[in-house]
Amino acid sequence: MATLQLHNITKRFGDTEVIKGIDLEVNDREFVVFVGPSGCGKSTLMRMIAGLESATDGDILIDGQRINDVGPADRGLAMVFQSYALYPHMTVEGNMGFSMRLAGVPKEERRAKVLEAAKILQLEPLLDRKPKALSGGQRQRVAIGRAIVRNPSIFLFDEPLSNLDAALRVQMRIELARLHDELDATMIYVTHDQIEAMTMADKIVVLHDGVVEQVGSPMALYHHPCNRFVAGFIGSPKMNFLQVTMTGVTPDGVAIRLPGGGERSVPVDGQHLAPNAALELGVRPEHLVLDEQGPLSGQIKVLERLGGQTSLYVQMDDELITIMADGDVAYRVNDTVHFGFAPERAHLFDTDGLALPSLEQHPLAGLTRQDNRAPGSPSEEPA
Amino acid sequence: MANVIRRQTPAARLFRGLLYGVLILAALFYILPLVVMLMTSVKPLSEISAGSLLSLPQNPTLTPWTKAWGEACTGMRCEGVGGYFWNSFAIVIPAVLISTTIGALNGYALTKWRFKGSELVFALMLFGCFIPFQVVLLPMAQTLGWLGISSSRAGLILVHVVFGIAFTTLFFRNFYVGIPNELVSAAKLDGAGFFRIFWRILLPVSAPIIVVSVIWQFTQIWNDFLFGVAFSAHNTQPVTVALNNLVNTSTGVREYNVDMAAAMIAALPTLVVYVLAGKYFVRGLTAGSVKG
Repeated sequence: MATLQLHNITKRFGDTEVIKGIDLEVNDREFVVFVGPSGCGKSTLMRMIAGLESATDGDILIDGQRINDVGPADRGLAMVFQSYALYPHMTVEGNMGFSMRLAGVPKEERRAKVLEAAKILQLEPLLDRKPKALSGGQRQRVAIGRAIVRNPSIFLFDEPLSNLDAALRVQMRIELARLHDELDATMIYVTHDQIEAMTMADKIVVLHDGVVEQVGSPMALYHHPCNRFVAGFIGSPKMNFLQVTMTGVTPDGVAIRLPGGGERSVPVDGQHLAPNAALELGVRPEHLVLDEQGPLSGQIKVLERLGGQTSLYVQMDDELITIMADGDVAYRVNDTVHFGFAPERAHLFDTDGLALPSLEQHPLAGLTRQDNRAPGSPSEEPA
Repeated sequence: MANVIRRQTPAARLFRGLLYGVLILAALFYILPLVVMLMTSVKPLSEISAGSLLSLPQNPTLTPWTKAWGEACTGMRCEGVGGYFWNSFAIVIPAVLISTTIGALNGYALTKWRFKGSELVFALMLFGCFIPFQVVLLPMAQTLGWLGISSSRAGLILVHVVFGIAFTTLFFRNFYVGIPNELVSAAKLDGAGFFRIFWRILLPVSAPIIVVSVIWQFTQIWNDFLFGVAFSAHNTQPVTVALNNLVNTSTGVREYNVDMAAAMIAALPTLVVYVLAGKYFVRGLTAGSVKG
């Protein structure tokens, strides 16, 4: 239905530059998630795409047409807001049909379209209610319905699930993914929640301080973060970082000395490194394994039993290391544990915070959410 | 806990009794002027000069009211305050409507269409709330002269509108600040422009603050005396000015009952407005935001 391109998009408020020259390509029918900590500029970027803010510099193109000077209503977009932004004095039907009413669409046609959207979202019994008589999840669905009836070429979602409770958020996440398949639309989604990004995106755009840190599929970002920021931001709990020293470079990887004195070789490209360079080792909590012979050790400070898994917070020198261990581990607080990691699961970052490129790509790195579907089966996902 | 509250010691009961006693006394004290006015306005003149201020009327009569309305002398004329009563309405209604409308538009523009310096504009408008009336009398007279509407009803309406905008803008601005901007963003994406968003989205949720603005403006303008006496000709004077003239016109005996009746007539509309819409007034002043 539509592609979107951003060329060198810049936004300044007075002297502060909040978006610093962003280039981005969104393909047809792609589900793209902008993710980043608060204040990174992701919502501003979306508001510029929607036409609610003007870009200070750069071009926004939809299907190759420059739309910087086109009004928000004429860009063929629809947006769903965090606070739902439902018109409080109108019924659900009035809310969903408002754009068509402004456009002068006759009443019967309006009603037909609203009913069609209401059917997709199971809103039919609620059409005559006012927003204040709806639950949070229902309001969110009405807001999505209002977007659907406009039949937009691109859907924009600005943190749409942030105001919902945890259980409802999971449910709406699944519903949105289903909707994306059903509508076959291009969708752009802003969130600060990396789990939403990982679960829904075909392509994640990680933003930080107004610049794009990395663009890629969820699996690519998880297995091959290009720098320390992305490595720390994607994945939960956060990746652990340890100061290490390089002891040598071989064709098979970079040899390092760990804090406890142990040595390992990590399969990354370190050809350009100076000898004895200071490096930072990054290992995700789920990739640390408890092992009596492991090269690392520390004292357990906090232990969280989640049932299926147990989080261990282990003091190692000045660092508190997180380990996701089996649910049934018998350790207690203040026990000393030994642990290690598989070298191919580890990451190395240079002093600029840039990741040394892996020598081998993870087999799932190119996977998108679309690929998770069995071949041949159309959009059939359990709702 | 309920037990503890119910079983009062005699001292606590005494204190409670005293508390109510003081409150009732205070309430009586505040209502007394109104009671005296009402009683005096239905007493014949003979009873006023004979009895005390607080004695109940022996032979109640409505003659003072009809006289105040239609016959009492206000200066050279003796036509009562009735005509001026309608004069006041002819000034107040357009002035209230215009100033409220402009205030609503101002508040809307200042909150939902922020522009460079919009905060400064608002601060300057706020300044208008603190300008004493007397200061602007001469420049205003000059301006009305230039506009060719001095001593006319239109001139007086203009003065009240200009003075009222500061307050109505303040009311609406503070109300609209509490309405989520995303509502306006959503309407923009739905294809509505400046006035359509105002008319279709903002105005329908503004009822509480409209009531506040109308009550406030109505009371202010109705009770105004200074502008009324300074900027109106004889036939367009508001009822406050007529009341003053009536009380100050001395032809022989001072008719307190007629004075009181005229004062009651002049005060009635603001009382009625407050009684009818008072609860919305409080609700509107305390309304923070509109929840979706």
